[in-house]
Amino acid sequence: MARLLEFTLNGRDRVDAVADNMLLLDFLREKIGLTGTKTGCDGGECGACTVLIDDEPALSCLTLAATIAGKRVDTVESLGHDGQLSAVQRGFHEKLGAQCGYCTPGFVMASAGLLRRNPNPSEAEIIDALGSNICRCTGYVKIIEAVKYAASLNAQGVSP
Amino acid sequence: MDALPDFRVLNPETLDEALAARAQHPDSKPLGGGTDLVVNIRRGILAPSVLIDMNRVKELHAIKVDENSIEIGASVRLTALAQHSDVIAHYPVLAQAAAHIAGPTHRNMGTVGGNLCLDTRCIYYNQSEWWRAANNHCLKTTGSMCHVAPKSRGVCFATYSGDLAPALLTLQAEIDLAGPNGKRTIPLEHLYIGFARQDVPVTETQGDGKFFLSLRPGEIVVAVRAKNTPGLRSAYDKIRIRRSIEYPVAGVAVALKREGDKLTDLRIAFTGTNPRPVLLAGTAELCGGGIDERVIKGLDALVRDQIMPMKTTFTPGHYRRRVAGVLARRLMTRLYES
Repeated sequence: MARLLEFTLNGRDRVDAVADNMLLLDFLREKIGLTGTKTGCDGGECGACTVLIDDEPALSCLTLAATIAGKRVDTVESLGHDGQLSAVQRGFHEKLGAQCGYCTPGFVMASAGLLRRNPNPSEAEIIDALGSNICRCTGYVKIIEAVKYAASLNAQGVSP
Repeated sequence: MDALPDFRVLNPETLDEALAARAQHPDSKPLGGGTDLVVNIRRGILAPSVLIDMNRVKELHAIKVDENSIEIGASVRLTALAQHSDVIAHYPVLAQAAAHIAGPTHRNMGTVGGNLCLDTRCIYYNQSEWWRAANNHCLKTTGSMCHVAPKSRGVCFATYSGDLAPALLTLQAEIDLAGPNGKRTIPLEHLYIGFARQDVPVTETQGDGKFFLSLRPGEIVVAVRAKNTPGLRSAYDKIRIRRSIEYPVAGVAVALKREGDKLTDLRIAFTGTNPRPVLLAGTAELCGGGIDERVIKGLDALVRDQIMPMKTTFTPGHYRRRVAGVLARRLMTRLYES
C-alpha cells in the first residue's frame, strides 16, 4: 500500500507518495536525497538517525513515514542559512565536537531540540538530553562543551 | 537490519475507528512509538499485515491527575508522564519510573500503552533473523526449545522489563481494555501472566515469557488508573549497565507508609527479573514495627523465593537477583527515613 503524505520538511510543505512500510529514515535518504541523517545501528540504539518531529528529537529509523502526516520534520540540513552555520553547528565545529563525524548529525539534532525547548541548559540537562545518542569515538567531553558554547551563541542571537 | 515486510498502516482518529480496524484485521498490531514493535518487525520476529497507528486517537492522550487519583491514556508519551508536575508531586514512583525508561529520544516516542505491553526479552530472541536461524530458533519464535532452560518442557523464560508496570503495581492500578466484545477493567496485576510454571498448561491466567499478557484477541489498552493512598511515600530505581538506552539488570518500585516509628504499609514490585513484573507477596507481614533485622531478613527471603532471573541477558541470574534485593532494601530504607 502507498499513500499521499502531506507534511512539512525543513520548513517547506510538500506532498509525496510513500509506501506504508517505508521508514522515515529511508524516505529522507533514498527518496528525497537528504543524506545528512545517518543510518547507524538501524535499530533505535545509537541516535545517529535523530531528526526533530514537531521540535522533539525522534529516531527516524523507527518512525514510519506513514505516521508523520501534518507534522513538521527538521533534519540537519535545515540548520544554518545563507552560508552561516547555526549555533549548534558552530559549537560542534569550533569546539571540536566531531571526530569521525558519523554520529554528529544525530547529536546536532538532539542538541538543537534541547536548545529549542531549553535555551540555557545546565551540564546535567545536556548530558540527559544526549542520553539517546552514542559516539563510538567517545568524544563526549568535547560534545558537551560544544553544546554549552552553542547555548552561549544562542543567547547572543544565533539561532540554534 | 532487514528490510521491512509489506504491511498497511491505518491511522484512526477515534477509539471506535481504532477498535473497528482491530476487529476487521485480526492480524493487526497497535503501533505507539514503534521503539519496541518496529524493532521486532525489522528483526523478522513479527510480521503483522496491518499496523494501527494509535497516535491520532484523541481519547487516548489525556493525563487526568490530582491528589486523589490518576488516569493515563494509552497514547500518552513517556516524556509527558515523566515531566507532569502533578504526577511528580503526587505519584513520584510513576514519574521516576517513566524518567528511567531508555533514553530521552525514546521517551519522546514511546507511549504508556506500549511500555505496559513491552515485549519480553531474551538474548536468544532479540537478535537478527540470521542469528536466530543459525542458533536454532528459540521457543518464543518458531523453535521447539528454550535455550535458556533446555529442560523447561515448552516453557519460555524471556524477561519482562517494562518500567511503568512495577510502579503502577505498587499503586494497585487498574487497566481499561477494549476489544471486539466490549470494554473491561481488570487489576493491572492480572494483565501479566508470565508465571512460567512447568506444572500447568498455558491458559488465559497462567502464561510464560511467550504468552505474558492476558489480552484477548483484538483487545487494546485504553487507559491505566490508580488511586492515591494518603501518606504513601514511593520511589523507583533501577540498575543498568549503561545509564541510557539500556534494559534493566533489575528495576524496583517501592511504596510504603510510616506512622510514627512503625511501617504500616509496604508494597514492592520488580521488573527485569521474571517473565512478568512481580508485586512481592507477603510484604504485609513485614509491617508493624520499624525497619530492623527482622524486616531486612524477611525481605531477603521474599526476594529469594519470588524473584527468579534466568540467563536471559548478559548478566547472570544470581547477580540480577542480588541487585534486585539490594535495590529494594535501599529504596525501602531511604523512603522510611525520609
